[in-house]
Amino acid sequence: MRVIPAALLLPLILAGCKREARETRLDPPVAEALGGVRVMANGISGQPPMVNAAQGEPYRNNAYQLAQGKRLYEWFNCQGCHADGGGASGPALMNGWWRYGPDAVSIFVTLRDGRPNGMPSFRDRLTTEQMWQLTGYLQNLGATVAATAAPSRNDAMQTRPAENRAPAMGALPVSPDR
Amino acid sequence: MSAFLLRCVLPLLLLAGCSGWQSALDPRADAAQELHGLFWLFTITCGIVWAVVMLVLAGALLRRPAAARPEEERGRAERRSGRVVGGAVAATVLVIAGLTLASFFATRGISADHPEALVVRLRGFQWWWEVTYDDPSPNWVFITANELHLPLGRPVRLELAAADVIHSFWVPNLAGKQDMIPGRDNVLAFTPTQAGTYRAQCAEFCGLQHAHMALQVVVETPEEFGRWRATQVAAAAAPESAEEVAGRAVLEGKACAACHTVRGTAAAGTLGPDLTHVGGRRNIAAGMLPTTRGAMAAWIADPQTIKPGNNMPMVPLSADELQAVSAYLVRLR
Amino acid sequence: MTPAERDLRDAALEATEGAGALERRLERTWRTREGFWGALSTVDHKIIGRRYIVTAFAFLALGGVLAMLMRLQLARPESRFLSADLYNQIFTIHGANMMFLFAVPVAEAMAVYLVPLLVGTRNIAFPRLGAFSYWVYLFGGIMLWVAFILQTGPDVGWFAYVPLSGPQYASGKRADVWAQMITFTEISALAVAVEIVVTVLKQRAPGMSLDRIPIVVWAMLVMAFMIILAMPAVVTGSSVLIMDRLVGTHFFNPAEGGDVLLWQHLFWFFGHPEVYIIFLPSVGMLSTMLPSFVRRPIFGYLALVMSIMAIGVLAFGLWVHHMFTTGLPRLGESFFTASSMAIAVPAGTQIFCWIATIWLGRPVFRVPFLFILAFFFTFVLGGMTGVMVASVPLDTQLHDTYFVVAHFHYVLVGGAVFPLLGAIYYWFPKITGRMMSERIGRWVVGLLFLGFNFTFFPMHILGLQGMPRRIYAYPPELGWGGMNLFVSLCSIALAAGFLLFFVDAVRSARKGPPAGDNPWDASTLEWATTSPPPPYNFARIPVVTSAAPLWDERAALPVASGLSVNRRELLITTMGTATPEVRETSPQNSIWPFWAALATSVMLVWSIFSPWALVWASIPVAITLIGWFWPRGTPEDDA
Repeated sequence: MRVIPAALLLPLILAGCKREARETRLDPPVAEALGGVRVMANGISGQPPMVNAAQGEPYRNNAYQLAQGKRLYEWFNCQGCHADGGGASGPALMNGWWRYGPDAVSIFVTLRDGRPNGMPSFRDRLTTEQMWQLTGYLQNLGATVAATAAPSRNDAMQTRPAENRAPAMGALPVSPDR
Repeated sequence: MSAFLLRCVLPLLLLAGCSGWQSALDPRADAAQELHGLFWLFTITCGIVWAVVMLVLAGALLRRPAAARPEEERGRAERRSGRVVGGAVAATVLVIAGLTLASFFATRGISADHPEALVVRLRGFQWWWEVTYDDPSPNWVFITANELHLPLGRPVRLELAAADVIHSFWVPNLAGKQDMIPGRDNVLAFTPTQAGTYRAQCAEFCGLQHAHMALQVVVETPEEFGRWRATQVAAAAAPESAEEVAGRAVLEGKACAACHTVRGTAAAGTLGPDLTHVGGRRNIAAGMLPTTRGAMAAWIADPQTIKPGNNMPMVPLSADELQAVSAYLVRLR
Repeated sequence: MTPAERDLRDAALEATEGAGALERRLERTWRTREGFWGALSTVDHKIIGRRYIVTAFAFLALGGVLAMLMRLQLARPESRFLSADLYNQIFTIHGANMMFLFAVPVAEAMAVYLVPLLVGTRNIAFPRLGAFSYWVYLFGGIMLWVAFILQTGPDVGWFAYVPLSGPQYASGKRADVWAQMITFTEISALAVAVEIVVTVLKQRAPGMSLDRIPIVVWAMLVMAFMIILAMPAVVTGSSVLIMDRLVGTHFFNPAEGGDVLLWQHLFWFFGHPEVYIIFLPSVGMLSTMLPSFVRRPIFGYLALVMSIMAIGVLAFGLWVHHMFTTGLPRLGESFFTASSMAIAVPAGTQIFCWIATIWLGRPVFRVPFLFILAFFFTFVLGGMTGVMVASVPLDTQLHDTYFVVAHFHYVLVGGAVFPLLGAIYYWFPKITGRMMSERIGRWVVGLLFLGFNFTFFPMHILGLQGMPRRIYAYPPELGWGGMNLFVSLCSIALAAGFLLFFVDAVRSARKGPPAGDNPWDASTLEWATTSPPPPYNFARIPVVTSAAPLWDERAALPVASGLSVNRRELLITTMGTATPEVRETSPQNSIWPFWAALATSVMLVWSIFSPWALVWASIPVAITLIGWFWPRGTPEDDA
């Protein structure tokens, strides 16, 4: 009889811990391993570092990491080209269409190495951890389904629906490319 | 018994606490002086009231009323008590009215704004302070961080704002606290009356590192202040040794420059404290560490262990790079 | 059952069935069924009140553990015993737990248990609402603590200032947990408040006119009105906060025309009356206990009642004194200084009346009386520092420092918890039928009194020396280390006092000496029945002829008769003079309040994650409410 509530509680505890923990310091070896992505020759898609999965993909599932990513989006002036996600001189980031692939590795590589036609490299501006935080946020920004964790809305960036109203897709015109 | 003890020990303890550089009991500016006087007025008045109430209570407990008293005498005692209680309530009203008036006058004494005042703009960030010295001439406007210099005897007007959440600016030795609220502008005015170094600390809970959000206030003679100001307006000192040159290259080439500004170099980030004259400040990390080369290196190497949750990332640097950049930074006086 | 049987009156019973039949019949009508489902479906105010009290004290103990963890952390400068993240959760939950899960609920709990007995009626008004209220409170408390275990404990301070608790700066669900915990406890508090108001105004025993109501009942009445007026502000605030966080509204977002200070106004418009919601029941209990220990009626009944009401009114006019450093206009600040100071007058009046009562009486130094004396020492001191923080200029130095921490612990622990513990010692025999230990009780008072004062008095000085509140670490060079260590050491005595109290309570509940009906030779109605009282409270409703009925009618209390024995029936009297008006039925036991509370809890917890919860989860709430009010053809239904 007692086993059942305990069994019910356990995944809850695990989910809660993973979602809400605030890991402020990443061990340097882990940080270094996070940079070890293997990319396909064309620079699109590849294999994420093993350590990411071993940690439980915190940059996708952890509210604190996503919030950090959102802050970096504002701080590092991603808005300058991509506006609040809807796109301006740079492409939109939330219409589900990714020029260089929708997976985490592609986005990470885009941030790290830059892309042709104006996307700069952030290799010397952000740490690997920060690039993963930003990657997680960007994936969440364009999410078409509600994620287990979402960053909450920003006080200042209001030209798009709040992230926490995922899925955000319905509120925007679908890209003609799709 | 312990009541008596506490009352006796209190003044001693208070005297013991009178020498702090972050203490409301050691006023070093007109505003804090006014508040200090008000504090003792309130404390002594309230202390006397408290002692009287306790004495009467003790009297009520210790007296031995006659076992059986005639009805008539009891009625008299009741009426007499009624008058005493009425008198006590009237006395309370008077004391309260007096204290209220005293605080009105204290408020009026403090809030005087001076046209000649030195204007400094302070912005609270999670978890540090940005300090902007305003001047009609743009050449004399400059930005620094976590340290505030004030000329002795000159009225100062601090314009307080917040960049993210609510903070509260509090230098107990100089003035009472004033909140920094997003979307609002607050002002704190006072005149420092004694030279010295005082510590300010954020007084409104502002998140993870609220405990480590301090600011040094240096009150110095107008001449010293003038010299300091001239240094601050200038661009960063040029590196001299080869190590320092390498340090500047690290600063400009690595992630440092994305957040920090060092005027006169390529580093022009605006997310973190301005480092143009960081070597001349007494503390780094918003009051956590002294500005020494070792502390600087420790801070850059692992900011998240020293101040968990702060916004400075752990930038991977080689040992040489770390040496060089910390040597360069402490040289920026 | 024929209609005639359904309406069988107690007067008729005596003639046909003889002595003892009345009690048997009433027992059968009012009893709580045995077993698990019986326990879940009871609506007996004594059982619910007892549960409420025990639960509130359990939360007190948990909050105390958090307090000790904080003292352990602060014992040394720059200690790394707790991380900043954990410390922030701990102090937030300590504050929220003590205010919302202990102090207010325990005041309500005492009211739920005592008010019907004190006014001489058989059950509280709307007893099913009482059951609902308890379950909602319990589930809300469990939610907060489970969230804490899951690392989702709120970490934004117990008043959760925006924008720190807003969408941008509080990631995850922590602040939402806080906001919904507020909603839980406010729902339960509002439910109890309505019950208390109706019970006091309409169910008093015949003859208990307004000037014969025990002062504790007045205090509970004023508290209930204050809950009804103050709580909606914070429920509005917390709901709006969760809307900002969950559906993207901008009430508190200055970038979009919202206002950060709006939150503070909403919160403190509730938050300041809250302090008096906690304080008034305690002074009421004190006023009612005091006569038993000085062997004379309370001095200045009218003045005391007027003071309670004056505090209740004034409490709504001084919320801004929590915001003196936010830079509000000077004129407004001056007004709130004056009003904050003014509350010292009714508070002082109460103190003077109590001292006069002691002066004119002959004190008997039993444990509850010792708690009253501890109250005087600490509360008056807390009141004095209260006058200090009420002054705008002075408050700019004292606000958000350890001075304020010391001040509010003096008024809340000294002013509310000490009388409350006295009240537990005093009414324990009524609740359990057994006495608590006088010997252990003296130790408890001593430890708590000394431990408390030595723990919290130095905090005044720490605050003046510049120590802000809510810091998880402090640098060694500021010289706060010694006094903090002293405080941490003294807090052990305080904790030992509470531990001893719990030990005594648990031990005495099992094998304390039997108490008898009226162990303190008190004068109020609850002592006119057995200890513990039977499910129907009074076999016959007493008739009140004076303010101290058990002292003035020592031979035998006059009683009223004519109530039905086969259905749950109460006597409704007029508001002013308590003249009998009508007989009214009181609902039977029901499991539906439990289900309704469960459905409500599911809705509130779910709404942390999705706004759609309010749509879909309202369906089970509606179903349970239909079940709750569905007529079942019981004898109660046809009256």
